[in-house]
Amino acid sequence: MTIAQFLVLSAALFSIGIYGVLVRRNAVLVLLSVELMLAAVNINFVAFGRYFADSAAGGQVFALFIITVAAAEVGIGLAIVLLIFRNRASANIDELDVLKW
Amino acid sequence: MDLSVAQNWFFLIIALFMVAASLVVVISRNVMHAALMLVGALGGSAAIFILLGAEFVAGVLVLVYIGAIIVLFLFGVMITRVPIGRARSLDHDNRWPAAAVAIATFAVLAGSAVAFFGDEEIEGVSAVRTSDIGATIFERFVVPFEVVSFVLLAALIGGIVLARKDPES
Repeated sequence: MTIAQFLVLSAALFSIGIYGVLVRRNAVLVLLSVELMLAAVNINFVAFGRYFADSAAGGQVFALFIITVAAAEVGIGLAIVLLIFRNRASANIDELDVLKW
Repeated sequence: MDLSVAQNWFFLIIALFMVAASLVVVISRNVMHAALMLVGALGGSAAIFILLGAEFVAGVLVLVYIGAIIVLFLFGVMITRVPIGRARSLDHDNRWPAAAVAIATFAVLAGSAVAFFGDEEIEGVSAVRTSDIGATIFERFVVPFEVVSFVLLAALIGGIVLARKDPES
């Protein structure tokens, strides 16, 4: 296995996530695409940890940290989406223009 | 990529499945299909971790992501009344600029990775023991570990405060 094949797979997942973030209107679907991007970063960390033959498994530890932060992000993000939906009766991000003038 | 090695065949199958599943996540007009295909993509990345000898991370990924986060997403879909079933207005109209940005990002990332690393092999894949990961967390990364636990606590309190109904109203 070469290191480049993992990096290319991770780049593909990351750019698909970028497409989703840019093109989706619904906030829940935008959060789904952000999860794709975080999964791509995790693959990079574990692959590089293996590539540098790090006996202390630093890459895997950082992947675990990212999983934890992603869990916190989804919790807060969905709470905010819920709150917006309660106030505006819509979770479409292009209708949230109260901060524009 | 040397196709005479069995690991590369496994990698190819998993990678194609992951790319297809994540394309469904961003393209599908059905919200439920998108959320459930994210399970496919994340399961594929757990398989990639096992291929890289990182079984503990793969287990945590399955438990935390597929067990907890996807369920949270399904609750989010149901509570915010995203149109379940086929819907017309899930996407913006400016689809082609977004596709151009995504393809340009992929070209830069993948091109620089291939140009820099060429076909350098990952040598000697052997599983990392979970006790090594535990030792690393509690020796080298104690402070980040504690910081992450504070982040989780703050997210917990923040989630409760945000989602609670206003007592005045």
